[in-house]
Amino acid sequence: MLKDDNRKAMIDKVMKEHNYEESSLLEILHKAQDSYGYLDKILLTYIAKSLTLPPSHVLGVATFYSFFKLKAPGEHVVTGCLGTACYVKSVDDIMTAIEHDFNIKRGGSTPDGKLSLFITRCIGACAMAPNIIVDDEVIGKATKEVVVERVRLALEGGGRRR
Amino acid sequence: MKLADLQKIAEHEVDFQRAYKHRINVCCSSGCVPFGALKVLKAFEDAVKEFSVEKDCKVAKTGCVGTCSVGPAVIIEPGDYLYQSVTPERVRETVRDHIVLGLPVKDMLYHSEDFFKKQHRLVLRNAGKIDPSRIEDYIAMGGYSAIVKCLATMTPQGVIYEVTRSGLRGRGGAGFPTGQKWSLVARSHSTPKYIVANLDEGDPGVFANRTLAEADPHAILEGMLIAAYAVGAEKGYIYIRAEYPLAIQTLQKAIVQARAMTLLGDSVLETPFKFDLELRFGAGAFVAGEETAILASVEGRRAMPRPRPPYPANSGLWGKPTLIQNVETLANIPVIIQNGGEWFSKVGTTKCSGTKCFSLTGQINNPGLIEVPMGITLREVVFEIGGGIQNNRPFKAVLVGGPSGGCLPEALLDLPIDYDSLTKVGAIMGSGGIVVIDDQSCMVDTAKFFTDFCVEESCGKCVPCRAGLVKVQEIFNRITTGDGKVEDIAALDKAGNYIKEASLCGLGQTAPNPVLTTLRYFRDEYLEHIVDKKCRAGKCFRNLVKEEEVEDQ
Repeated sequence: MLKDDNRKAMIDKVMKEHNYEESSLLEILHKAQDSYGYLDKILLTYIAKSLTLPPSHVLGVATFYSFFKLKAPGEHVVTGCLGTACYVKSVDDIMTAIEHDFNIKRGGSTPDGKLSLFITRCIGACAMAPNIIVDDEVIGKATKEVVVERVRLALEGGGRRR
Repeated sequence: MKLADLQKIAEHEVDFQRAYKHRINVCCSSGCVPFGALKVLKAFEDAVKEFSVEKDCKVAKTGCVGTCSVGPAVIIEPGDYLYQSVTPERVRETVRDHIVLGLPVKDMLYHSEDFFKKQHRLVLRNAGKIDPSRIEDYIAMGGYSAIVKCLATMTPQGVIYEVTRSGLRGRGGAGFPTGQKWSLVARSHSTPKYIVANLDEGDPGVFANRTLAEADPHAILEGMLIAAYAVGAEKGYIYIRAEYPLAIQTLQKAIVQARAMTLLGDSVLETPFKFDLELRFGAGAFVAGEETAILASVEGRRAMPRPRPPYPANSGLWGKPTLIQNVETLANIPVIIQNGGEWFSKVGTTKCSGTKCFSLTGQINNPGLIEVPMGITLREVVFEIGGGIQNNRPFKAVLVGGPSGGCLPEALLDLPIDYDSLTKVGAIMGSGGIVVIDDQSCMVDTAKFFTDFCVEESCGKCVPCRAGLVKVQEIFNRITTGDGKVEDIAALDKAGNYIKEASLCGLGQTAPNPVLTTLRYFRDEYLEHIVDKKCRAGKCFRNLVKEEEVEDQ
């Protein structure tokens, strides 16, 4: 069961605004992820029930689009842009350095839940490539040293939290 | 609001802006904001007050001028002085010298004159010049006069005639003649009809549509209005990437303003014409750029394409006639209506009229967003506008058309850019990505990178794309880890061509392009990898390097 709180009230409101239409599923999932940070099974089941859709359909849509997260992200999130411009500017080397220094794999989180490492397919800041996003801060023309230092700072509590 | 009122707003706004001697345009688009543009804006506002020139000097928050690699960018008018990498610390000095003393600060001016020389700005006509959050700014530049002209003096058929005569072709990549598409939808009898504007821009390395939405949202809205009038649609959707928060915000604001001025709604400008639109958010699926997939996504389902026919012009959203158009195509429409189709057809080449926006990135001196006339050569784009390769390294290849485009060698640099010549050499126009690479990149690794991307983004519906690309990926994994065989080259070629011919949609049909073009133009690098186990750029065989290290220890 989904807990009764502000977040649930928010989703209920949006679903009502859209008249519980099937075609509003993506908007609802966006709102749900905004409020909860990620989409877990309880949440998806609740949305399916409200829109009278099979849960398999809702899970299918949620897993199809890479923007939707099905697992809770870590306390701090590093996202590497793997767009073409960033790739030719060797963003991969920076990602490998983060993986190595913080003992983490892309797409995963550290066991203590402090740090997650994601990739995104282009944030559109290609002229500033390579780009790495640490929490909400975009680091353009990034280098290994700057990014690793910035992540370390975030983990030590010096950085902005999400 | 009536038609005549719009004219009054324009006149009033022009007078209002003329009262200022100077205008300071601070680029506050997604390219410049992360690097401090908002602080620079604030610093300018403070500085003009400090020097008591606020009555002469309008500080405006604008969209992108295209020089995204040296942001924050600031333009001071008159004279279009472009300042680069402006920091809040140097703003005071800029206002003092440039505005008060009339002496531009030379060391901060943009470093390259060539960047703008060969550009021709139709779509980006207002980008960096107007405040996108003010509809009045757009109206003052002649905005919404094209829809007024349509409603007051033209029939829907007349509008379609002008668009057809202009020779405009779809800017989403496939290059279908726009006028023809419109008449197909117009001729369809079923109602209601819909318009979907594609702003999903799933190509990694491309940001032209985002920039347009952030810099000049009303141009998109006006283009949609004219299209709706021409084909008889009453409802439109803008399908936009959720990863573009600033563009979303800008468009939302623009829609509210347009509604308030009755430019959208049940009676547009108090005429019987009715049109409204809403935003729909994409969620990171490259395949959603395909027209039947985008429809599925707007309907709230997985973005999976379906076979055509029926074409969306007859059976699109909820089975109704639907016009699907890229936002860049739509932004061209007001210009065509204002100046006439014939005028537009003279820009560019005879077969491909008009301009194209490109995101120019990679190992190049002046990366950024450019708009060039069709028919310009790749060499002009890379070496004149782009200023050549960074650190004077040797040019190796240019990737045109995104992850399913082609990798073209130096020998093809004199190729004119248009839909047909690009297709002939194995590339595509795509949504307009040009990535320049130098000798530090490996062509095998690059083709592998794009293949990995397409494997990830394949929707899985048809077998050639789903299974075929995985086979190609396996071969690449072998070649780049030292297990390649000479037969692999023929196998890649064969698989690539099968996938191209047999796939259901545009994604599968173009996904092998990077593989096939690198095989065609950079075959020696494949052979080096397979026979000599050597990667001249040092990108591949990292597994072997590690093993050696282990042995050394």
